[in-house]
Amino acid sequence: MTDKETHLANLEQIQKDALAALADVADADALEAWRVAHLGRSSAVMGVFSSMGTLDKELRPLMGKTANEVRQALEGALEEKRQLMEADALKQALETEKLDVTLPGRPVTRGRLHPLTQVLRRIIQIFGDMGFQVYPSPEVETDDYNFTYLNMPPYHPARDMWDTFYTKQEGVLLRTHTSPGQIRVMRARAPEPIRVILPGATMRYEQLSARSEIEFAQVEVLVVGERVSFAELKGTLDDFARRLFGEEARTRLRPSHFPFTEPSAEFDVGCFVCEGEGCPVCKETGWLEILGCGMVHPVVLEYGGYDPAVYSGFAAGMGIDRSTLMRYRIDDIRHFRNNDVRFLRQF
Amino acid sequence: MKVPLTWLADYVDIDDLDIESLAKVMTMVGLEVEEIRLVGLAMPPGGKHEFKYTGITWPADKFVVAQVDEVMPHPNADRLILCRVNDGTQEIIVLTGAPNLYEYKGIGPLEQPLKVAYAREGAVLYDGHQPGRQLMTLKKMKIRGVESSSMICSEKELGISDAHEGVIILDDDAPTGAPLADYMGDAVFDVDTLPNMVRDASVLGMAREVAAALGKPLREPDAFLEMTGPSLEGRAAIEIRDPELNPRFVLGLIEGITVQPSPYWVRRRLNLAGMRPINCIVDATNYVMLELGEPLHAFDYDILVERAGGPPTIITRTAKAGETLTTLDGAQHQLDPEMELVTDTAGPLSLAGVMGGEESEVNGKTTNVLLEGASWNFINIRKTVSKLKISSEAAYRFSRGVHPALAETGVRLCLQRMAAWGSGQVAQGLLDNYPNPPHDPEVVLSAAWVNQSLGTDIPAQEIAEILGRLSFECQVEGDTITARTPPHRLDINEGLIGRADLLEEISRIYGYDKIPSRRLDQPLPPQNVNQALIMEDTLRDLLVNLGLQELVAYRMTAPEREARRFPPGFEAPDEDYLEIQNPITVERRVMRRSILVTMLEILEYNSNLDRRLAFFEIGPVFHPVAGQQLPDEKAMLSIGLTGLRAQPSWIDGEPPLMDFFDLKGVLEGMMAGLHIENVHFRAVEHPSLHPGKAAEIWIGEDVVGVMGELHPLVKANYELNDPPVYLAEIDLERLLEAARILFDVEAVPTYPPVLEDLAVVVDEAVSAAEVEAVIRQGGGESLTKVQLFDIFRGKQVGKGKKSLAFSLTYIAPDRTLTDKDVGKLRKRIVDLLDRELGAVLRS
Ligand SMILES: [Zn+2]
Repeated sequence: MTDKETHLANLEQIQKDALAALADVADADALEAWRVAHLGRSSAVMGVFSSMGTLDKELRPLMGKTANEVRQALEGALEEKRQLMEADALKQALETEKLDVTLPGRPVTRGRLHPLTQVLRRIIQIFGDMGFQVYPSPEVETDDYNFTYLNMPPYHPARDMWDTFYTKQEGVLLRTHTSPGQIRVMRARAPEPIRVILPGATMRYEQLSARSEIEFAQVEVLVVGERVSFAELKGTLDDFARRLFGEEARTRLRPSHFPFTEPSAEFDVGCFVCEGEGCPVCKETGWLEILGCGMVHPVVLEYGGYDPAVYSGFAAGMGIDRSTLMRYRIDDIRHFRNNDVRFLRQF
Repeated sequence: MKVPLTWLADYVDIDDLDIESLAKVMTMVGLEVEEIRLVGLAMPPGGKHEFKYTGITWPADKFVVAQVDEVMPHPNADRLILCRVNDGTQEIIVLTGAPNLYEYKGIGPLEQPLKVAYAREGAVLYDGHQPGRQLMTLKKMKIRGVESSSMICSEKELGISDAHEGVIILDDDAPTGAPLADYMGDAVFDVDTLPNMVRDASVLGMAREVAAALGKPLREPDAFLEMTGPSLEGRAAIEIRDPELNPRFVLGLIEGITVQPSPYWVRRRLNLAGMRPINCIVDATNYVMLELGEPLHAFDYDILVERAGGPPTIITRTAKAGETLTTLDGAQHQLDPEMELVTDTAGPLSLAGVMGGEESEVNGKTTNVLLEGASWNFINIRKTVSKLKISSEAAYRFSRGVHPALAETGVRLCLQRMAAWGSGQVAQGLLDNYPNPPHDPEVVLSAAWVNQSLGTDIPAQEIAEILGRLSFECQVEGDTITARTPPHRLDINEGLIGRADLLEEISRIYGYDKIPSRRLDQPLPPQNVNQALIMEDTLRDLLVNLGLQELVAYRMTAPEREARRFPPGFEAPDEDYLEIQNPITVERRVMRRSILVTMLEILEYNSNLDRRLAFFEIGPVFHPVAGQQLPDEKAMLSIGLTGLRAQPSWIDGEPPLMDFFDLKGVLEGMMAGLHIENVHFRAVEHPSLHPGKAAEIWIGEDVVGVMGELHPLVKANYELNDPPVYLAEIDLERLLEAARILFDVEAVPTYPPVLEDLAVVVDEAVSAAEVEAVIRQGGGESLTKVQLFDIFRGKQVGKGKKSLAFSLTYIAPDRTLTDKDVGKLRKRIVDLLDRELGAVLRS
């Protein structure tokens, strides 16, 4: 064997030994030890470089090149091994970090609007899109605003339609409907045209039961102008019903009586529970009575400061509690003001 | 009102309509049908019905008219009888216990067979022996050795009334073998009568509406009256003291009447309409009231003669002080001087239009009847009814207005029926005192106005025709219609109001469903800005985002409930409440003054239902103000927090309890969200709050509310759990006034900030807010942020002292600050702290 062959064989052996050792490396520490042993300053391959001066001059370039190749091969192998080990480690780690994804999430503290507010907002939004603006009015009213100005002079039979809470203050009562707001807004705005929505709490003298409340929320709309027609009342309510109950909502107006409107009507919507087939919610009729409405009575216009010979208008009022009750098929109207968290947190 | 279909059919031809279609016609004309009770007739065809049906049907093969030819004793039972019955096809022996057949027992074949309602085996009917209405099926059975599978029916078994004391004995002309449903099957419409349509609280009134809706003629009852008795002239007199209260009074006399049951068909109709048959006299008055809508009153003429000692004079007048009257329901009433009465020279006879007196009432021995038909002022009747808390069918109608024209028709129809059902002779002539006939208004309106108001295009002729169907007399001239109100209505006014009244009539009969549906075509009114409303919505959203549940609460409460917000022994301020005159309970007899009490009660209600309670309510409180009719309705906001800061979970275990600073954080978050600046909190004493943990909430120079921990002594007034309760009460108006829709937004700084910490030691008495204010003053414009991040007390800082550590952020708008710049500012701050607060830099 020539000197050259011996040296080359030596280098080959160094590489072979190193790679064999690398195959046994199992963890990061061993890998570092291997790097120090096989690529470190005192490693065999580095020894070849440092002993280069002792070689024949002619041998030096070949040996240098070959030693370099061995070093690069070992470095390459090291890197490959490192990546392999990292991938293994990651894989192992991922396997051990497996969560039970069915465990509940960390609770967040979420607030909620009261269901009545949620429904009222939806209604205000729909009418708002049609140009109606909210007009607030008081909950405690005078007899005049609640009755007389609404075409119910004292002892008028229609006063029976509202069971009233009177107060010990002469002529003062708890409003039985939001309609006194009609007079208030008319007096504030006459002779401007009016398009308002009147929301608020109302009170009626009833025995508290699953079906009747003493306090409840109502919302009312009022339009006054020079040529307002019954057809426009119908169109406005039809649009409202389609937006609240869906594009396919069936509607109908049927004659009714309210002292402050004439003609008066009940506005019915096809029952959304049974879709018209008849169920307890709609009392087997397939229709739900949603609101009362009509053309503003001339006496009311007059009390409001509008000349009934020139102006006309329409009004429509609905109970928020009752429609929310129907909407969510709630069995007891008292839930709304009991404020039981087990009820409220469902909305 | 309950209307039997067959009765309605007397006045309008409805043979071509099934029950469902008729109910629909009625509902769409304003006679809302709430329920249809079948009493024999079949369900209308079609699977889907818009009305609620109850009751039973009588199939033709199961229910027929039959005749009892002989009533025989039962061989083994005294209380049972056997009837030989012919049902038109065969003879059957039927077992019954009907007491009203006992009188025929064992007398052999009947000369005049009894007509009965007969049910065959398999018939489904109501069980007469069970309470209420329970269905049963007729089956073959043996009672005491006699087999029976069919039945002679009582009213209860057929669903006509609740009577089960005997079987029905039909009128003699009932056709044996005819299906029972054909002979007397019916359907009762329960109609909700609108307050302005009391004219339709009668079968004829409803028939008129149906006829108008269908465009069919109305067959009014024939009021022809055969008067064969001696003249009434001089045998009674009428004196009306106040024609305003009693516009008309009519009297008629029938003599020699037999007090006996009315024909079966009359009793059946009365039963179906919800009135109990009594005898032919009372039945006739009730029948005509239901038919025509005119309540009538029958006096025993002989009793009146006896009281007067001769021909009676009927005087209508208001009560005299101290007068009393016992009405026929046995109640004695103290009368007051506004109440209208029917009297004679001896005193009160009846409460006019409301209820008759006991003394002059017809009875089993009556032979001569003086019949009253009158009209009364409806307001006066209402007052009487509401004062005496008395109700009757007559009062129901008279308190809503009955046209005086009906008084005479009513008397005629009623005398006619009394004569027919109880024999007797009607005296010649009626006495009719009619001092105050109403004016039946004439209303002029144009087709153009009608069509503009409805959005329709109905020709003038058609409008007149529609009104004509409701008995208005109309004249058309070009576009103008002149309509005279028919003499049975009091609900049509003059002029502009009359025009609106007629518009309702026209649209109702024309059909609401035929009126087009159009989008609003009106100028948009001036748009108004209401900042408070906008901000109130923003506020609700903010509080929801801060994790709070909104409440909607009762306004009615009681003073002692509100007093619970004070500790025991605290002398509550003498507060004036708006008191309710007719509360449903003492618990809710005033309008609330304090929104905090509502919050406390709702926290109390929920205290065991969730471990974290975080609520807010926006609503008014009511403060009466002297010299002002209506109370001030002050809009308030309340917030209530108690329990855990978050829901407990498997991850973090039990979170800490909320404290003062949770509430303060919510308030600060709310203020920031409303873009309210210049908010500060000052320690305060408040009777409901912990003396060391309460603060006033200030915006600029105004106090807008109070917040803090519920006083332990107040907490003890409520059933609350251990965790402390935190409350805030805020004047909503002031809060929202300070809120900004428009606010300044600062540019994002171009130059980098310089951050540094500063810890100072001050006396305990010095508040964090004071230290912060001095730091800001010293730092000037370049100091953009001051944040407290640590408070430390201990030996190192000395007794009665505390160390406050702040993190400071300096930014200059135009350059990068150097260490030298910041050093200068820092020195200024430290010097100022020393000078103002005696604060020492903590190393
Ligand atoms: Zn339904």
